[in-house]
Amino acid sequence: MLRYIIRRLILLPLVVLGVTFVLFFLTQRLSPEMRASLYIKDPRQMNAMEEVIRQYGLRDNVFKQYGRWLGNVLKGDLGYSPSANMPVSQAIKEYLPATIQLALVTIVLVVFFGVWFGSASAVHKDKWQDNVARFISVGGFSLPIFVLGLLLLMIFYGKLGWFAPGGYSVQSNMIIHAASFKTYTGFLLIDTLLNGHPRVFLDVLFHLVLPAVTLCIGSFALMVRVMRSSMLEELNKDYVRTARAKGLPEWKVVYKHAGKNAIIPVITLASIQFIRLLGGTVIVETIFDYPGIGRFGVIAAQQLDIAGILGFSLMVAILFVLGNLLSDILYTAVDPRIRLE
Amino acid sequence: MNERIWKRIYKNKTSFIGLILVALFGLMALLAPVLAPVENKNNPYQLPQKSYQIAPQPPSSQNWFGTTEQQYDLYYGVVWGARLAFKIGITVTFFAFLIGLFVGGVAAYFGGKIDEVLMRLTDVVFAVPSLVLAMVIAAMLGPDIKNMMIALTAVAWPSYARLVRGDILSVKQRDYVTAARTLGARGPRVLLRHILPNSIYPSVVVASLDIGYVVLTAASLSFLGLGAQPGTADWGQLIAMARNWVLGTPGNTFAYWYTVVAPGGAIFLFALGWNLLGDAFRDILDPRQG
Repeated sequence: MLRYIIRRLILLPLVVLGVTFVLFFLTQRLSPEMRASLYIKDPRQMNAMEEVIRQYGLRDNVFKQYGRWLGNVLKGDLGYSPSANMPVSQAIKEYLPATIQLALVTIVLVVFFGVWFGSASAVHKDKWQDNVARFISVGGFSLPIFVLGLLLLMIFYGKLGWFAPGGYSVQSNMIIHAASFKTYTGFLLIDTLLNGHPRVFLDVLFHLVLPAVTLCIGSFALMVRVMRSSMLEELNKDYVRTARAKGLPEWKVVYKHAGKNAIIPVITLASIQFIRLLGGTVIVETIFDYPGIGRFGVIAAQQLDIAGILGFSLMVAILFVLGNLLSDILYTAVDPRIRLE
Repeated sequence: MNERIWKRIYKNKTSFIGLILVALFGLMALLAPVLAPVENKNNPYQLPQKSYQIAPQPPSSQNWFGTTEQQYDLYYGVVWGARLAFKIGITVTFFAFLIGLFVGGVAAYFGGKIDEVLMRLTDVVFAVPSLVLAMVIAAMLGPDIKNMMIALTAVAWPSYARLVRGDILSVKQRDYVTAARTLGARGPRVLLRHILPNSIYPSVVVASLDIGYVVLTAASLSFLGLGAQPGTADWGQLIAMARNWVLGTPGNTFAYWYTVVAPGGAIFLFALGWNLLGDAFRDILDPRQG
């Protein structure tokens, strides 16, 4: 187990190096002027482009340039992102917590509704509840995030006016960006409470609803399926028959006895899905104009902001590899039959 | 493909619906020139523009599904979008599978260091969510359909490489391979004549069922403006154009509903068809489920 973790941790930098080198290699297709943005720290330097190109040897061969970029990254300097109008490291610090917050709220929704619908589906197998849940699960798997997002925006923002796009309202924006607002964790849901602004907290929470519901659809569909089949399996086991024979009420049999065991695969699946969601945030954040790292990445890609693209990919790769490792470890923790080698 | 499989698809109601949906879209793609006559002969995927008015127009006898921003005909877009979807899906899956077959085959056959290096290469691609990686590659290459297909192929091949590698490794140990070797058959011949034909079939099925997924990812890229360009008969791109009109007119939120529903419905039904079909095949390939 420990050996497995160590081996994976040694592999981590190799994988991250691989990803960034491939992308860096691709950037060589772009002109030195565009690549100069990587090294510019102050927008005023934009005027002296030719000097920047010469100073940083942007016409050198790709390995030399990559080495230099890597050196800067190790020093914590990811370059300047013109599309976000700030250094990449600052952009990540500002946008990443919002995305993690979104993914966390989403995964809570996914587990809650997935378990609910999945177990209802199993308990009422082949009845209408089961058919509805299965229909939603197949349909949800096929409905692209961007179609669902636009439909929800149409109904709940356009028609009903319940939820608005963005990360928070204009009023909240003033409070959050006021000098007196202290940043403790970077997560607005926590920081607003610590600063004593419950109204801003509710506002931030409200702005999370539509993106989270949209983002949850694919994972939810998967969760319903897994919960359903896992619950069906448990309900057929001997200990359930014993519990029933003892005369326990049916709800107790289902939720206290079978449910406890049926939920294990759901929890492990949730940890994997949490990482998968990162891919989806790219689209959801764009649709709802949510100020997260996904939207930052999309805008950087659209505007060919190289520093932004490289920084974004670097961070996503690190998060993804670490997250996968974590969910592997979680697997063994929940199910002792699995051994990592 | 044998009779038993077709019988089971036919017997299961949902997988039969999936088969019908995929077949209908296939028919629509094949008959696109008949269903929606081409106006621009040089590029049939270019949407005909009815006028230069900006706001979308509702469905009418001339434009059955209405028109989207700048009067691009939605009916034409949905029909030719089906053709483009198959073109993208089949091309990407084919080349990704070919690369995966080669890499997976080499890794499994030679084993040792070569295997290790090639598999670490697949790790690199797996280290980033496929949509994110495809998005970044497409952006660097410059947004158009060809580059989008290259980006999608670049992120799709590693999963086939692993699949093929696993299948070959399991077949490699079988007795008839050893038998062929003892009879004097040499390396490449054993691989091509004996191992591949017996290990490739499940991977081919899995790969072909990925067409729906590839099209969905392609649509996402186009939606983000990193794939098909405005004016192309591409479903994702049509939805991207609908984005500006989701809030409708003052007092009538759903005034432009058709701009989302026409291309969105097409993508949904297309993906639904492939998913239902995929479910059926997964059940058939997995003998544990009766």
